[in-house]
Amino acid sequence: MDEHHRNDTDGMSRRAVLGGLAGGLLLPTFAAAEDAPIGTYPAGATGDSVFVGITVPLTGAYAAQGQDVRKGFELAVEHLNTGNELIRKLSPLTKRGVLGKTVSFGVADSEAKPNTAIQAQSRFITQNKAIMIAGSVSSAVAVALNKLAQREKVIYLPGISGSNDTTGKDCVRYGFRTCFYGYTAAAALAPVLAREIGHNKKVAYLTPDYTFGHTVQQSVEAFTKGFGWTTATNQVAPLGAPDFSTFLLNIANSGADIFVDIGFGADAVNSVKQAKQFGILDKMKLVVPYNTPFLAQQVGAQLMQGVYASSDFWWTYSEQNEIARMFVAAFEEKYHYKPEFGADDGYLQFAFWADAVERAGTFYPPAVIKAYEAEVRRPSTVGEVYFRAADHQLVRPIFVLRGKAPAAMKGPDDYYDIVELTPGASVMQPPTLFGCKLGPYT
Amino acid sequence: MLNWSNFAAQLFNGLATGALLALISVGLTIIYGTLGVLNLAHGALFMLGGYAGFVAFQATHSFLLALLAGAGFVMLAGLLIEWVVVRHFYARPAEDQILVTFGIGIVLVELVRAAFGSLAQTMPPPAWAAGVTSLGFLIYPTYRLLVMGIVAASLLALYLVLYRTRIGMVVRAGIEDAGMVSILGIDVQRVFLLVFGIGAMAAGFAGVVNAPIVSIMPDVGDNILVECFVVVVIGGVGSFPGAVAGGLIAGEIMSLTAMFDPSYSAVMLFAAMTLVLALRPQGLFGVAGRE
Repeated sequence: MDEHHRNDTDGMSRRAVLGGLAGGLLLPTFAAAEDAPIGTYPAGATGDSVFVGITVPLTGAYAAQGQDVRKGFELAVEHLNTGNELIRKLSPLTKRGVLGKTVSFGVADSEAKPNTAIQAQSRFITQNKAIMIAGSVSSAVAVALNKLAQREKVIYLPGISGSNDTTGKDCVRYGFRTCFYGYTAAAALAPVLAREIGHNKKVAYLTPDYTFGHTVQQSVEAFTKGFGWTTATNQVAPLGAPDFSTFLLNIANSGADIFVDIGFGADAVNSVKQAKQFGILDKMKLVVPYNTPFLAQQVGAQLMQGVYASSDFWWTYSEQNEIARMFVAAFEEKYHYKPEFGADDGYLQFAFWADAVERAGTFYPPAVIKAYEAEVRRPSTVGEVYFRAADHQLVRPIFVLRGKAPAAMKGPDDYYDIVELTPGASVMQPPTLFGCKLGPYT
Repeated sequence: MLNWSNFAAQLFNGLATGALLALISVGLTIIYGTLGVLNLAHGALFMLGGYAGFVAFQATHSFLLALLAGAGFVMLAGLLIEWVVVRHFYARPAEDQILVTFGIGIVLVELVRAAFGSLAQTMPPPAWAAGVTSLGFLIYPTYRLLVMGIVAASLLALYLVLYRTRIGMVVRAGIEDAGMVSILGIDVQRVFLLVFGIGAMAAGFAGVVNAPIVSIMPDVGDNILVECFVVVVIGGVGSFPGAVAGGLIAGEIMSLTAMFDPSYSAVMLFAAMTLVLALRPQGLFGVAGRE
């Protein structure tokens, strides 16, 4: 491991020296000459522009969140190509484009289905020589694209992916995640729940039936156990079920005090609304361990008031953080709404990718990966962050939110108070806990 | 969770969800039975009804007007679709019909998405049906109780039209043998147009009825379409009573399975369909040999 790291640094500094001598434009030629072809390199990096393949769900239960992620990606590309001041705070070496090349991209609908996403990204890789692929809302897609990325040796950046597996048991050398996940969400949320709601509660879970739902449920259960919280029932529901009545009846009859709704996207909206219809929200306290972008807008502040939720970002953080303020302003100007955390993660992903490529001085994937793994700290929309070398997870703060009462809202988008901003390092598991083995560089 | 109160609750819930499924499936089965066209745009028409009702509700704040607007708008859309596209496909192979209606469905969904976006729209139930009602053995949303009444009334109305009127007789005759109906001097093309309109109207009406229960989204019809096919196959393709019985059976299967293990709800539904197909391929109420 030590030797490994030393090699990394050697490679880095050599390139840095070369970069200083040769200047930005000459360098890729040097790199291409010395590095053997791998993945879409050098074929995808020879022209004036590089291509990025984006797959997000544009239809189905996660469509609204997919659009949010997509807009974050697109704003970042625009900022990269124009050398915008904001993106240069996250990627200080950026001038215009990435290594002087314009970034172009294609977007395909993943339908939140792994097979569809794999097909679309495979097309982007073979036909467009995509130098990097990105996007997800479902962790099932993120895990599948992780595997594709490792096999094809093309760097992959998920958008939203809340499963512990994405940088846990299914982590890969070629994948990097910025967003939070079950373990960090639960670790940040549990102490707040114990403090605000109390100890020794009975919990009913509504869990989507795939990697995201299962790992978030396990993490919340594990972290609240210490406060005497026990599971009354765990209702596992398929992704995209329009009617949750059968599950909600079981929950209504479970005798629980707390209703933990892990549903995401349209499932979160439907299950919260229907829980209200079944009288569950009147007798149980709702907790949302992995908040869905646009949830409060869609179910209304009336239902969300007093609800605790973990999140990746909330726009009122811009009152405390200059980069967040610039991001929210730029995003709102272009898209006419306050960015949700999907957009924030999309933006961060592309900015940090550009930063890693600029630091590597080449698009050669192993060098870019090693630049990522140098654990360089960068300021961001959520404070200072860095990628952990051992599992490629961004170490980042977690937002614990509480829904505001309608009367307390200062504007139409002012749905949450930021109760706590939990530092990233304090809520991360040891990299080995979920069995992450990153795999080879080449 | 296996206990008597939950069993009673799930049994009742199965009836309520089944009733709604029956209403949507009736439209599908009438169209298929009469025209021989498997209308894959049915889910999209259901979705369209929800949006039409939503728009009418925004303008008038009347649930009743929303119902009428949803049903009326989708009937018009159905008439238009039959007139412009579907009637040119009656003589073509089944796969062409499936593809063209599938395409119509995609166009409708994406048009609605372009106009309204992907975020869920909310349509509240009428104020007097918004709370919960205690039935003794369970507490149940009042609106879902109302839905059972609405579905029963509309199915009865549809039954009376189909079985007690002249036009209904012609439609049923068309289901049995469209060629013979034509020979008897009846304008089959007009009957077909009307049937497609009625089938679409049933979907649109169900879309509005369903709107306060689930959120209105462009994709809301996708899952429903699959469940409706199962209902129609179980009940017997083209059979009105079959769709009603199939809907209730499907609702009960999903609800009662969920009591043991929710993740097997869909599995049991398809297992039941497989069983029916193996033992009685024409469906419970279907007539053997009918196309």
